[in-house]
Amino acid sequence: MHYLAITTPTLQRSLTVLAGICLTILLIQLADRIQPRSYTFRWKNISSRFQLRVIWMSLGAIIVITILVGVGLIVGDYPIPASKAIATALWDRNGEYDFIVNSLRFPRIIVAILAGMCFASSGLIFQSLINNPLVSPDIIGINSGAAVLAVAILAAGGNIAYLPYAAFLGALLTAALIYLLSWKRGISATRLVLVGIGINAVLGAIITYITIKYPIERVVAAARWQAGTLFGATWDDARTLSIGLLLLLPPAFFLTTRLRILQLGDETAITIGSKIERDRLALLAVASLLAALAVSVVGPLGFVALIVPQAARLLLGSITGGVLIFTALLGGFFLLGADLIAQRLFAPVMLPAGVITATFGGPYFLYLLARYNRAN
Amino acid sequence: MQTNPHTSSSSFSGQDLHLSYGGPMIVEGLTITIPTQAITAIIGPNGCGKSTLLKALARILIPEQGKVEVNEVDIHSQSTKEIARQIGLLPQNPRSPDGITVSDLIQRGRYPHQGIFRQWSREDEASVNNALSVTGLTNFSDKPIDELSGGQRQRVWIAMLLAQETPIMLLDEPTTHLDIAHQIEVLDLLKELTRQHNRTIVMVLHDINLAVRYADNLIAMRDGKIKTFGEPHNVVTAQMMHEVFSIQAQILQDPVSGSPLCIPVIKNT
Repeated sequence: MHYLAITTPTLQRSLTVLAGICLTILLIQLADRIQPRSYTFRWKNISSRFQLRVIWMSLGAIIVITILVGVGLIVGDYPIPASKAIATALWDRNGEYDFIVNSLRFPRIIVAILAGMCFASSGLIFQSLINNPLVSPDIIGINSGAAVLAVAILAAGGNIAYLPYAAFLGALLTAALIYLLSWKRGISATRLVLVGIGINAVLGAIITYITIKYPIERVVAAARWQAGTLFGATWDDARTLSIGLLLLLPPAFFLTTRLRILQLGDETAITIGSKIERDRLALLAVASLLAALAVSVVGPLGFVALIVPQAARLLLGSITGGVLIFTALLGGFFLLGADLIAQRLFAPVMLPAGVITATFGGPYFLYLLARYNRAN
Repeated sequence: MQTNPHTSSSSFSGQDLHLSYGGPMIVEGLTITIPTQAITAIIGPNGCGKSTLLKALARILIPEQGKVEVNEVDIHSQSTKEIARQIGLLPQNPRSPDGITVSDLIQRGRYPHQGIFRQWSREDEASVNNALSVTGLTNFSDKPIDELSGGQRQRVWIAMLLAQETPIMLLDEPTTHLDIAHQIEVLDLLKELTRQHNRTIVMVLHDINLAVRYADNLIAMRDGKIKTFGEPHNVVTAQMMHEVFSIQAQILQDPVSGSPLCIPVIKNT
């Protein structure tokens, strides 16, 4: 890393980004070579099946994330030699870089990964449940719900410590409202999406109203929060996210089996032995909680929940527990990558990570929309 | 294919069924005992309640009054998975997730036989392979369903129903959207299932002449009531065609099978 440190920062930056892109392409190429075979495990009455491809690709994602973590610790406005950065992060608590590595960079990296995991797994559940690749928690208004309460608190000059709680509450209330408004002798996926889009529009109007009505200096903070930023992420944030993920991912993992049945439509699902309303409510609750959790910590970061599950399904096919785990990992990778780019692209000016995810996500969304229209 | 002892049932009936979708009663006080290990076809004009009846038998629609019984037990008193091991349904317009492969879809039919720890047993594997081979889809198992023809796709859905291994199979217009060759292919398959594997099949059919050829029993419905019920040659008469469909028809003898053949008389000719 020393020889890189003496080259110009721009070159160093470009090389890092280039290396990241090459690595990603290489892994995708490798993944395509793996045969879609599965391995069956049976012991007495216990049996299970794994797609080998999912396992290899998840391992690949973990490796790429680990590399990216290393990169994130090393690069920055204040470059730190690789050996020192890693030593400081892992065991050396008394080194000269302790504050930069362990208080600024490392928690931010971990928060990016965990929030990305939440958004992506939430998005995958929404998309699979509603059987529409253009749906995600940000599109049906859950992120906006979080934003309304959060922006209200910022604009009213309330205590910023309540922000995460307000956002979490806002997201959950919105999810509940969407669910109740779409209930009519059961929940139909189409109605849920339409109600969600409507609510999203209304909430958007409320946010605009608040930002116009209140003094500009408070509104700037609100606007910054709304774009979704990892600036100032702390170990407390990382702890909140990891506890939440530990509580939510296992149920989500086991619910995928039921989700696969719900995907067949209500009539088939009922006759195949599914309690559809109960299962659907459970899945919507888990997916909403995952989104609410991430929004409460990093703000309504758009597009992670939309495009990462898309990419994961393109690579691995329809949802299983394994695909959910891989999607979560891919989300962690994506948000961490986006945040590193956001920090370094116009350094020393730091962009909110949401700007980068939207820059990549917007065009991709249009591409999906075009492709989806053609398919129909 | 070996006969599975679990896939034959002794009785299947609906008693005093009152059915509605929350509005006016569509079926009122209908009682029917379905002959087991045979094909029963329900015929009748649009809106006569035949799909509604099928939905009640499949427990998608909860009767306002009355009950559906399998082996003399009310289906709504049993657990969802328990009943899903006895009655399977192929809806009129089944929905498949984007990009799903043939084997992935058929495997989902095993759901009622699985649990959290029992996810892919030997029986599951054997049953799916059997369903693939009976429907002639073994070579297509890794193909996405979107790439198949209409007839092949219908076979995939029937294969999923087979993998569910239910003694009773309900099908809502399984031959709609299919050309004549594929209609016959699907119905031949269903006939084989009752003859060789003791399945009880109830289906809604629009084509009376196909219903006559393939069904062991016909139910003719109108205005939510059963007009006639019995063997095809007893049910399909000029009088029934008039009472049920309000059309004039001549009934001839089909030169191939000897069964009744219905020829509608068209006005102005």
